[in-house]
Amino acid sequence: MQFFLLTAHEMHDQLIKKEISAEELNKAVFARIDAVEEQIGAYITRTEENALAQARAVDRQIRNGEKITPLSGIPMAIKDNICTDGIKTTAGSKILSNFIPPYSATVVKRLEAAGAAIAGKANLDEFAMGSSNENSAFFTTRNPWDTSRVPGGSSGGSAAAVAAGAAVCALGSDTGGSIRQPASFCGVVGMKPTYGAVSRYGLIAYASSLDQIGPFTRDVTDCALMLNAICGHDPLDSTSVKYRTADYTSFLKDDVRGLKFGVPEEYMAEGIDPAVRGVIIKAMEKFESLGAVVEYTTLPHTEYALPTYYLIAQAEASSNLARYDGVRYGIRAEGTDDLIDMFMRTRSQGFGDEVKRRIMLGTYALSSGYYDAYYLKALKVRTLIKEDFDRAFKKYDLLLSPVSPTTAFRIGEKMDNPLQMYLSDICTISVNLAGIPGLSIPCGFAGGLPVGLQLMGRPFDEGTLLRTAYTFEQNTDYHKQFPEL
Amino acid sequence: MITKKDVEHVALLSRLKLTGPEKDMYTRQLNEILDYFQFLSRLDTENVQPTAHVLPLQNVFREDWVGQHISREDALANCPDREENYFKVPKIV
Repeated sequence: MQFFLLTAHEMHDQLIKKEISAEELNKAVFARIDAVEEQIGAYITRTEENALAQARAVDRQIRNGEKITPLSGIPMAIKDNICTDGIKTTAGSKILSNFIPPYSATVVKRLEAAGAAIAGKANLDEFAMGSSNENSAFFTTRNPWDTSRVPGGSSGGSAAAVAAGAAVCALGSDTGGSIRQPASFCGVVGMKPTYGAVSRYGLIAYASSLDQIGPFTRDVTDCALMLNAICGHDPLDSTSVKYRTADYTSFLKDDVRGLKFGVPEEYMAEGIDPAVRGVIIKAMEKFESLGAVVEYTTLPHTEYALPTYYLIAQAEASSNLARYDGVRYGIRAEGTDDLIDMFMRTRSQGFGDEVKRRIMLGTYALSSGYYDAYYLKALKVRTLIKEDFDRAFKKYDLLLSPVSPTTAFRIGEKMDNPLQMYLSDICTISVNLAGIPGLSIPCGFAGGLPVGLQLMGRPFDEGTLLRTAYTFEQNTDYHKQFPEL
Repeated sequence: MITKKDVEHVALLSRLKLTGPEKDMYTRQLNEILDYFQFLSRLDTENVQPTAHVLPLQNVFREDWVGQHISREDALANCPDREENYFKVPKIV
């Protein structure tokens, strides 16, 4: 097996046994980046010097006989909408193409404190708005399993990097599926934690009541290690929650006996590719054979989730993106007459089509005369969607579903039809509306492309998701299959 | 039904300057999207409370302390135009 495809915990074992140094490890991953980046295009910015400096610091610790933490020296990609002090952070947008943050996001500080080596900034759909990575202002990342296909979005660069061996772990953000869907398309593990579990300080905001940062990894153990590093209360994010943080690795038990799983029938209905559905049914049978109870259930308001999500997300986006005005940071249009003209030209030149579409839709939904019919209506339906989950979790320990109705689609296939693109988020958006944790794990292949299984849990019950995912992983080998590059 | 005039109005509120073809494209696309979203109105939400936020948080307070802050130079480092310690913008009136 190729070294750069090891998991973080496998690399850690080799580091402490001194079979390899952190510097060699990082150089191996950067050699891999050099080899595959032209085909994949996962990174907007690479920070090799930064990673190697961190690796050498870890090597010094090892030489001095100090105990190193599990993520020490592990090369990671950070989605480029998460601020990194002194390292360009573009959000995939022309308007921030020259932005160098004067501070780091809390998650970045926590990963650095955990010894991680930041390898670079990963490509994304502009401002995390998209499901395919095609909305990046710079280039489209390609799926390592088939480079004519999208890696998913919006955290497509993060997912592709981990799948291709161009990073060991990565951070993404998930507003409506932006971690889980690319994890599914690229065949890696992706977790959206409970809303409030991870600080959003330093995350470039898209829709603040839905956004959450989470990890991409090559197995569930690494996912737990990443959660250990990034979860927990942060005074700099007033929506981050004070709750008892466990050692997430304590949930990694190969045992689902006695657990009860519900499969919402709305998530297995027409519209789900039959090949994907078949793979999910096999995963359900696997869990039954391992001693879990698996039954169909219902989340009756599912069909309303898509308009609810898009109205709320776009209303919040129109407000969050008002700050990009060419005054304090980012690009400014040349040759403008007055202040308003400068705002309008800057924003028109700086934002791409999808971002403009969402700003306008959100502005419309919030505007006088339409607020009640669209925005307020959506907030009320959000309550009904959340109540569906509350009811289901009285009966089930977690819910299972596909992550996406299809496997990775072709580049260009959905770009002319925004509504078709939005429909590819149908299985993931409700989790954000309800604020619950969602996990995507590789569960098989359809037509040679990875299929992701979604695990949805009670608020702050990431533990049961990890336990269930770990059990599946111990009894299957999908997470050990890698694309040929 | 959203007209081109509505799109122009929303673009102004959004501080976006649209070209002619962009106005046509967004008029068509916003109509398609909002038509599809229309079926939300089928649901009776008369007695449902809105959820703006999933967490039961209200008024998160903390001690008022003097912390470390970004220096003036760092805060100004990304701005397109400045004069001394100010952000500089084109004339307002």
